[in-house]
Amino acid sequence: MGNENRIINALLKLHIVLCLLFIFAPIAGSFVFSLNSDRFPSLPLGEFSTEWYRLIWEDPLVWQGFGNTLVVGLTVAVIATILGFGGAYTDFRYNFTGKSVYVALALLPPTIPVVIMGLAMLAFLSRVNLSGTTISVIIAHGVMCSPFAMAIIRLRLSQMDPDLEAASWNMGGNQWQTLRYVIIPFTKPAIFAALFITMAVSFDEFAVAWFVSGLNETLPVKILGFLQGQVSPRINAIGSLAFLSSMTLIILAQLLLRSPEEEK
Amino acid sequence: MKANAQMEQQSEAIVKFHNVVKRFGNFTAVEKADFEIGRGEFLAIMGSSGCGKTTTLRMLAGLEDPTEGAIYLDGEKVNGKATWDRDTPMVWQSLALFPFLTVQENVEFALKMRGVGKEERRQRAEKWLEKMQITEFANRNINQLSGGQKQRVALARALVTEPKILLLDEPLSALDAHLKVRMQAVLSNLQKDLGITFVYVTHSMSEAFSMADRVVIMSRGQIEQIGTPEEIYREPYNRFVAEFLGSANIFDGVVQGPAGADGWQVAYEGGETILPKSERPDARQGQKVTFIVSAENMQLSLPDSGQPGIEASVAGEEFIGGTAMVFLETAGGQELKVQKSHDELSVLNLHPGSKVVVHWESGSCHVLPGENK
Repeated sequence: MGNENRIINALLKLHIVLCLLFIFAPIAGSFVFSLNSDRFPSLPLGEFSTEWYRLIWEDPLVWQGFGNTLVVGLTVAVIATILGFGGAYTDFRYNFTGKSVYVALALLPPTIPVVIMGLAMLAFLSRVNLSGTTISVIIAHGVMCSPFAMAIIRLRLSQMDPDLEAASWNMGGNQWQTLRYVIIPFTKPAIFAALFITMAVSFDEFAVAWFVSGLNETLPVKILGFLQGQVSPRINAIGSLAFLSSMTLIILAQLLLRSPEEEK
Repeated sequence: MKANAQMEQQSEAIVKFHNVVKRFGNFTAVEKADFEIGRGEFLAIMGSSGCGKTTTLRMLAGLEDPTEGAIYLDGEKVNGKATWDRDTPMVWQSLALFPFLTVQENVEFALKMRGVGKEERRQRAEKWLEKMQITEFANRNINQLSGGQKQRVALARALVTEPKILLLDEPLSALDAHLKVRMQAVLSNLQKDLGITFVYVTHSMSEAFSMADRVVIMSRGQIEQIGTPEEIYREPYNRFVAEFLGSANIFDGVVQGPAGADGWQVAYEGGETILPKSERPDARQGQKVTFIVSAENMQLSLPDSGQPGIEASVAGEEFIGGTAMVFLETAGGQELKVQKSHDELSVLNLHPGSKVVVHWESGSCHVLPGENK
């Protein structure tokens, strides 16, 4: 490795460390202060305390928001993964005119500014008398999350030897049997990864939920409510928990996407 | 064995291609394929890539539908019949084994798709694992197997339904030379044991000629010749086949008139020769003929020997086991090949640029019947 420049290497490493620091320092800070007895985040730290966690544990509003988030997240994960699988399999299996347009449209939602997305969703859902319901959040999040599921499953399908499907047909499996016994087993890790990632996206999504949720606020919308009322270390506690749950989902997804059979 | 296969084939064909054409858009992949495959026959379809051999096989498997013409399988017209409703298992070039299933599950797959019960599936799969000598790997993952072992799994998986016909699409192309020869023996013996029809697509002449009862040679969607390996080797039908086999020298000549009772005097660029009359009994004076002389039937002499023949200079030599192929170039620019033993060549003491005279016995000429028709 004689062609490596030490200075460039050191700078690149510094760059990574700085990036990670900017991302994780506030989160780590919020975690530290969530376990601090002082009311305001300041140094030096006060005593260790789980007071703020006790407070949110006892707050019915937090539980309500968490319940909504959970219902929405689980439902959205399933719906978005089914839609994403359908989109990805269509792309893998069929060739038709305008296919590139179809794929571009299917993958479009995350590129739309969330405020515009939220407004459009609100306008549409209120017209069909769905605005302010949990279902409206599920629909909005389903639209936003299914492209993620599609991208993950599409990537997995692109790694599949196309002969596998034809081999299954050739051995007597009709199209449904082949879907069930070949395509789904092959994409299974990606399907689970898609479930976790779409759930994580839905957990964290704030802007669109804020527009369409009405009284059925999800946790991120609730947090904003808390912030507007009073600055409280409870926010730190909620934030830490939300971060932990999202990270768990993402890490699970990453583990699944390591394609187990290639490791052996 | 060969005679046997041909007799069976006369009694009844298992596959009939009747004027089958396959087009993809404007591209014609297969043009008017019209042939039969006998019961229990080992048929090889050979040609270079893009010649339509794989498309022909895929039509037989039901993975492609013919644009025109009809395909009969076991007496039934199968155009439009889905591949999962046929029993035409295929061994794939990529093998296409399911990586998420064990060896045993891979072999059971076709039975599972047909709704065969668990216990029967296990027994039938085990029988084939044993037959292919891979019982010990039954519970392994596909990725833990070597190339040869995977081959055997692919064969067991395809044969587990006990089909009447097995389709093979270049199954050995990924193996090294030694393993290839061993698997050829496995395939040949398997086909003889089972007595079922094998249709084997390959670009390799050595694979086709060493295993098949009959060979179909295709080029650009057309069938150029069908015959036993001996027939094709001795009597190539046209210039394409002769060039494809690569071991013969091709000459274009014109009939000058009779030469004795049973020969024709033929002039070609660079000389004159006598063709046996039996090669083209109906020839007339002035008729064009294309004939070949195989490389091993060519003789070499030094120019000072006084032997009549084509003068040429040596371009190079290539070793082929106990013999060498000498590449020559005539004054007219034609390239010739002569295959000789090292002993014969050492007497001539050739080196690049040496002048030699090439000649042959008149009986060793073969007229290509497919040319100048």
